[in-house]
Amino acid sequence: MVQITYTDAKGTARTVNGEVGSTVMETAIKNSIPGIDAECGGACSCATCHVYVDEAFLPLVGAPEQAEEDMLDFAFDVRKNSRLSCQIKVTEALEGLRVTTPTKQG
Amino acid sequence: MTQGQIEEVIHTDALIVGAGPVGLFAVFELGLLDIRAHLVDILPKIGGQCSELYPEKPIYDIPGFPLITGQGLVDNLMKQIEPFHPQFHLGEMVVELETLGTPDAPLFRVRTDAGKVFEAKAVLIAAGGGSFQPKKPPIAGIDTYEGASVFYAVRKMEAMRGKRIMIVGGGDSALDWTLNLKPLAERITLVHRRDAFRAAPHSVNAMREWVADKQMDLLIGQVTELKGENGILSAAVVKGEDGSLHEVACDALMPFFGLTMKLGPIADWGLGLHENLVPADTAKFETNVPGIFAIGDINTYPGKLKLILSGFHEAALAAQKVHRYVYPDKKLSFQYTTSSTSLQKKLGVS
Repeated sequence: MVQITYTDAKGTARTVNGEVGSTVMETAIKNSIPGIDAECGGACSCATCHVYVDEAFLPLVGAPEQAEEDMLDFAFDVRKNSRLSCQIKVTEALEGLRVTTPTKQG
Repeated sequence: MTQGQIEEVIHTDALIVGAGPVGLFAVFELGLLDIRAHLVDILPKIGGQCSELYPEKPIYDIPGFPLITGQGLVDNLMKQIEPFHPQFHLGEMVVELETLGTPDAPLFRVRTDAGKVFEAKAVLIAAGGGSFQPKKPPIAGIDTYEGASVFYAVRKMEAMRGKRIMIVGGGDSALDWTLNLKPLAERITLVHRRDAFRAAPHSVNAMREWVADKQMDLLIGQVTELKGENGILSAAVVKGEDGSLHEVACDALMPFFGLTMKLGPIADWGLGLHENLVPADTAKFETNVPGIFAIGDINTYPGKLKLILSGFHEAALAAQKVHRYVYPDKKLSFQYTTSSTSLQKKLGVS
């Protein structure tokens, strides 16, 4: 299990355990984390699981692939640390991962 | 509709709201029982989420198909329902439902936002996660400009003539409207968050030529503020990649951020919604209004699973009850497609 902290746009933080091999989006949905809609269920086709990755974890999480970068065009207030959480796999290396959810997904 | 105009009414046994996999399979189950159906869907294409969200993604839990893509499933369903000649009304949203009949002999008048009117003995809501509607960017006060200055679609191109238009987005919708409105507009400014576009290359090339030619503007950034009065836009503020702010004078803003699912007008039909889902019984999948059924992801009942296969089952059971409304005097005897010559005749295989 890997600890992941989700902070919402208002600043409320929630820390939960994510299973290695699942995704940051799936972990959020499983734990009823608000601020992540995931309308398409993880198919990288809706941009409603948008998160901002804490700067410290950016090198570990890596950059989005082409399809995800394209899909981010449908997200609001996209920043340099924007990712779609359905495309971030939970690994041991991400222990303590911190992400922030945007004000609006869909 | 202005007074004095004669409304053409489309009469049908059943009206299906939603042309996703469950709505399509409902055509099959109804068709076997000689029930004709019309389908309405807000999307311009058939297939619902399967076509819109994951056409290329494999689905692994359709019985009998170890693997099938979203589009593959839709194509197969279309082939399966071909014998029943369903009539599709795409790009339209149902907005109004009026009850004309009685609980024993239901009859509904249903109106779409394109002004079509249906009269149906049964309405099957197979609307999945709701209707796909444009995503609205979270810019302060944007809703006060909607309708007069902010548009998510263009119904009448002519209304845009002579306007300074800001188009936001990098996909086909944004680029197509850039190209289509360019000849009419006073000036077009295309705003996108990055200098890469996923739209069709030929549209992107055409846009870039115009930009190089100074016939239109391209700004890389995101809209952060709208300026105007009384719902009339006068300018939009675009924040560039480097954080710099650019104020662009404009009369119209058209944001294209894709679609999201919203329940829409069905919420006002008195169906006793539970957490934005339509409660249905598990014997007939009928709602609290006799003659209105809810099948697929849109319904809820104890033990509900949002699976396509559950929706197929629900469609089959709902069809049995719809038969009683459409043919109140006919007795329904249960038959199998493997052995019934009458069913095989309907399917055109006997």
